[in-house]
Parts: sequence; structure tokens; C-alpha cells
Amino acid sequence: MSVFWSIVVTIVILLNIIGCYLLIRWVAKPNKGEAKRGEATGHVWDDDLMELNNPMPRWWLYMFYITIVWGLIYLLMYPGFGNYPGLLGWTSDKKYSDEVSAANEAYGPIFSKYAETPIIELSEIKEANLVGQRLFVNYCAQCHGSDAGGSRGFPNLTDNDWIWGGSPADIKHSIANGRHAAMAAWGSILKPIQIEYLADHLMSLTGRKHKATDAQRGKELFASYCAACHKADATGNPLLGAPNLADKIWLYGASRNKIIESITKGRTGQMPAHMNFLGEDKVHILTAYVYSLSSH
Amino acid sequence: MSTTIYNDTVVRQLSIATVIWGIVGMLVGVIIAAQLVWPALNFDLPWLTYSRLRPLHTNAVIFAFGGSGLMATSFYVVQRTCQVRLFATGLASFVFWGWTLVILLAAITLPMGFSQGGEYAELIWPIDVLIALVWVAYGIVFFGTIVKRKTPHIYVANWFFGAFIIAVALLHIVRSLAIPVSLTESYPIYAGATDAMVQWWYGHNAVGFFLTAGFLGMMYYFVPKQAERPIYSYRLSIVHFWALISIYMWAGPHHLHYTALPDWIQSVGAAFSVVLLAPSWGGMINGIMTLSGAWQKLRHDPILKFLIVSLSFYGMSTFEGPMMAIKSVNALSHYTEWTIGHVHSGALGWVAMITIGSLYYLIPKLFGKQDMHSMKLVETHFWVATIGIVLYVASMWIAGVMQGLMWGAINDDGTLTYSFVESLLRMHPFYLIRFLGGAMFLSGMFIMAYNVYKTIKGTEPSNIVVPQSV
Repeated sequence: MSVFWSIVVTIVILLNIIGCYLLIRWVAKPNKGEAKRGEATGHVWDDDLMELNNPMPRWWLYMFYITIVWGLIYLLMYPGFGNYPGLLGWTSDKKYSDEVSAANEAYGPIFSKYAETPIIELSEIKEANLVGQRLFVNYCAQCHGSDAGGSRGFPNLTDNDWIWGGSPADIKHSIANGRHAAMAAWGSILKPIQIEYLADHLMSLTGRKHKATDAQRGKELFASYCAACHKADATGNPLLGAPNLADKIWLYGASRNKIIESITKGRTGQMPAHMNFLGEDKVHILTAYVYSLSSH
Repeated sequence: MSTTIYNDTVVRQLSIATVIWGIVGMLVGVIIAAQLVWPALNFDLPWLTYSRLRPLHTNAVIFAFGGSGLMATSFYVVQRTCQVRLFATGLASFVFWGWTLVILLAAITLPMGFSQGGEYAELIWPIDVLIALVWVAYGIVFFGTIVKRKTPHIYVANWFFGAFIIAVALLHIVRSLAIPVSLTESYPIYAGATDAMVQWWYGHNAVGFFLTAGFLGMMYYFVPKQAERPIYSYRLSIVHFWALISIYMWAGPHHLHYTALPDWIQSVGAAFSVVLLAPSWGGMINGIMTLSGAWQKLRHDPILKFLIVSLSFYGMSTFEGPMMAIKSVNALSHYTEWTIGHVHSGALGWVAMITIGSLYYLIPKLFGKQDMHSMKLVETHFWVATIGIVLYVASMWIAGVMQGLMWGAINDDGTLTYSFVESLLRMHPFYLIRFLGGAMFLSGMFIMAYNVYKTIKGTEPSNIVVPQSV
């Protein structure tokens, strides 16, 4: 803030706090001709409302003074009077970075211990997996669930069905750099009836209820519009994050209505990148843990 | 010279409205408390979801119940202590009907999902405009009455009512400044951290001026009246009034500790919150000490029990508040159920209890009766309500501290010991106790409604003549 506002803020704060003290001193002074202590002041409202001329309780005044002194000392020690930084030089930024570096120093070795162990080997070390599970519950469970079972829009990580590939390197890439999946919205390009045909085709792939003639039309449409990403046999392409549509696993819902919704409106999925946030060592352990969750 | 009578019509309307809105607001509170225990109770209906009913609950209890109670008592008190009829009868009537319309519109728009998003400032801009109009009318009626008073001095209750009316007008208008884009949508003129600061400057002073200063006004009339004793200390009144209203204005940033708010304003918020302790307690001391020499009345008078217990809760929550505003305590308490416990020890313990006590004093007088239909039921209400509050507040304290500790617990490798859902699981029994406490408090309100109905049934509204001599 500018010097002007800094001064204004400082003055107003001091005026208010010191003003309280001056107010107490001023009100505490006896006035000429006032009622005696413990007697009514002489003002009467509504028949019987009166006020006694008692002094302010001493213990209360001391409490008030103590808080005033405490407040002033606090504002002297910490930033408060405008741009004045405070005697302690405390800032929330510094406090945060101090705590983070202290934590890194204390806990870093626990994670760096496994940095050189290859993922597959690491995924079989029990202690490493315990650490990995804790990391997972802290950072991943919000979306993928504490059992990694996922929920609508958030993939199940235990079913060995991998949208972006399930090799150690693929999983590590997903965690470290994140993934951004985008399924185009076809509602403005395809007619609703064509989308119905596509749905019939997809239903037919897993042997669910469908109209055979419509599914055949859908198959042709699939070849021209969908196969580029999902492959001609609809088994998907991990390089593009295009899911396998020929199995029974549906990220956004398996019902016919949900399939139509996915085609019409498209879908976007966002897995955030964790490398800058967690660091190489933790990502490594997490990768091994996630890898351990599905049978290989 | 013809005699004038007090305008008690509007006081009667607002008093009855207070009882009704109390039941409605607290019922919604009990429903959402039940939803936290049994989430299926939203029946998958959008307008019954927690996110929509919660603002309905807060708006209904603060502005409908609390607001009507404050308007009723301030209109009653200002006439009696100024010894004149309420200024501008028509405008006073507009205040009641306008405020009722605001409440009805809130009850429709909030469950429909229309919201500006700011806590306690959810209502959409057309309703905000109506609130501003009603509030200005309220101010004109109140201060108009003060201006034409026949008593030489302004009674202390009116200082607090006056400060409450002026501050709430200021707070409401500044917080609600927005650019409308349609009938139901608008964008606030502030952005980012500034918007957050304006929100909690508003939000905290809604507590400070609506829920504290306003109800201190109530306290300063009904406690000495019911105790039939003078106010303990005139000097204390002066000091704690000016200190309270000036210091409260700074305390809002403590709602935003450890956020993107600049460090300096967080420190100022913490420092002023602690300095606020003594001015807050001034009101409690003045209220409770007013009873000195008449303590025996507390044994037999359930109305006095309501009033004095409310002051005890007031003292407790105004001690707790400054403590929670200290940053290291806040690091544990913030975002936990402790905050909910703190709010309700203030809202149920202080605000609701002082209002209920005052209404039990007021209602028989407004309808020409000596007393409530059944003082036994008043006594029952007192105990049901008190036990309800204790269950509510204690369960939320325990739950909150447990949450804070669980969220902060770390393993040997620096990871968090508990996932969020684990802390949520542990909350379940306390949510159940809270629900029971809330349900008890609500059932007390039903007892009150029955008692009020029996008291006023078949009565003629009393026309009380304004005394001529001062």
C-alpha cells in the first residue's frame, strides 16, 4: 500500500485503541454534583428505569488495560501498522516456506530412500507400499476414493483397465505430468438419430440389448467418426487417452442414456500434474503403489 | 387535549412474527442437522439439499426471527423510554409488511437456488434493494421517535438499537453493491481478496451489530424491567458502548486467517478481536450486576432465568470469540465444528434466550394480560431450551476439537494420519447429539407458541395511553 494509506491505517488504529483508554479515563473522572457512588443518577425512564452511579469494576478495567497493552505489543511485533513489518520480521510467506523446508528436511530421507529402486520391484516392498498408501489417501483419494475404486468420471485404478496405459512409465507420467482427456461433443455434427445408431453399435459390442440393423448403421458411422481415436475395433488408444469401448468399464456411465450423453456433449477429464507439488521421490513411491493395486 | 396511545399494533405483529419465524428457522436448522446424520433426508430433491436449506436456516433465524424480534422490542422500547407514540404510523406498518415480504421472498428464492453466494448475504439483488428500503424506513421510524421524545436523556437501550440500525444499513448496502445482469443474477463490484474482506467485514459486523449491539439494546430494557432494579453502572454503559461499536468494526479479518488476505490486516483483526473482550463483557456485567440485591428472584422467575442465562452465554461466547481469533488457536478451530458450536452458543444461548425472555415479558402486556397463560410452561421451556443448547454446544466443541486434531495429525513420514472421510465418520455420533439438542430447542419454541396462543386467545389488543407528565 502507498505511504499515505500506510500512515492513515496506523493513525486510525492507534486513535481507536488509545481512544478507548482515554475514554475510560475521561468517564471514570467524578463530575461535580453527581450522585453518590451506588445511588441512582437521577435519570428516570418509563416509570422505573434508572441507572446507578457505580464505578466501572476494577477487575474489568484491568482486563481492558491488559488487552490494550497486548494488542499494541502484538502490532509492534507483527505486521499490522500499514507497511511497518513488525519487530519479528514475520511474514506468512516466510512462515510457510520455513515449515515446508523443515518438513522436507525431516521427511525427505524417508522418501528418497526408494528413489533408486525400480517401480516393479518397489511395488512388492511392503513398507514402501504403506508409505505409498498414505500418500495416496492424502493426495489421490479425494477423486479416486480411498480404496482407489474411482467413481463416475474418476477412473478405477484397481481394475487393470488403463485409459492412458498401465506400464510403470505410463503411470508415472500420468501422476507426474497429469493428463487432459478431451472427447469432442458430436451433438452439433451428428444428427440425434445417428447418435442413437452409435449407441446401438456400442451396446452390441458388449452383447447388451440393441437393434441389430441400427447397430450396423452405427458401426459404419463409428468407422468414419470415432475410429480415429477409439480404433476400428473400439478397443481404444492409450496414446490419446481414448478409452476402450468394447469392454464393460464405462468411466461416465454404462447406460444407453449416458452413452448418448457422452457422444452428444463430449467429455473432458483432468488429472492434475503432481511433480512440482510432490517432487520426484513421492511420485516414484506413489507410482509403485498404484502399480501394486492391479494384478499384473 | 386528546390522549394519544402507543403504537403497539406493529409491536404485536412483529412479536407474533418472531415466534412464528423462530419455529420456521429452527425447524429448517433441525432438518439440515438431521441431513448431516442421515444424508438420505434430502430425498434427492434439489430444493431440499443442504446447500440450499443452510442459507435458508441462517437467514430465517438471523433476519426473520432475530430481525423481527429486534424490530418488535426496539419499537416498544423506544416509545416507552421516549414517552411518545412511534413516529410515522404508516411507515412503521411498511416496516412490518416490507420485512415480512423480504422473508417470504427469501423462503422462495433460496430453496430455488438463487444466491449471491456471500454468507448471510445470499439474497439476490432485488431483495437486497427491498431490504435497504425497509431498513431506511425502520431507521426513520426509530430516530423520528427519538427526535420527538419527551424525556431529556436518551436511554442506553436506544444507543444500542440506534447503533445497530445505522451500522446494519451501512453494512448491508456496502456488501450488496453489485451490477445486475438479470432479475436474479448480479456480480459484486469487488473482486478477489477485496471481495473476501468486504464479505467478512460485513459478516462479522452482522454478528457485532445485528446479533450483539441490537440484542444488548433488548437486554438494557427487559433485564432491569423484569428484575425491577436499576442498571448497575451508567459509567460502564458509556465506556462499553463506545468501545464495543468502534472496535467491532476491525475484527472481521479473523474470519480469513491464513488466507490470501494481506498479513497486516490479519494481525489487525486478531489484535482488535482480543481488545474486544472487555467491551463485550461490559454488557454482561451491567446486565448480571443489575440483579445484585435481587438474586432471590432468579429462583422463582423463569423469565429472569431466560434473561440471565442468556447473559451467561453471551459472556461465554464473547470470551470464546477473541480466543478463536488468535491465530494459533484459529489454526486448530478454523473450518471445524467448533465454529458452529461457538456460533450457536451465541445464537441459541444469547440471541434466542434473550429474545424469548423479552417476549414472555412483552406479550402479556401487549394483549392486556398480567402474565403469560402458564408460567409453568415458561419454566418448562427454559429447561428444555437450556438442556438443548448444552447438548448442541458441547457436542460441537468436542467434534470440532477432534476434527482439528485429526486434520493436523501426521505420520512419521509427514503424511496426514487421517483422510477427511475418517474424520467425518467420527463426527457421526456428535451430529446425532447436535440434532437432538437442536430438536429440544425447537420443541421449546412449540411450547412457547402454544403458551402465546393461550395467552392472547380471545383478548382485545390493549390500547395503552402515552403518559403526559415526564
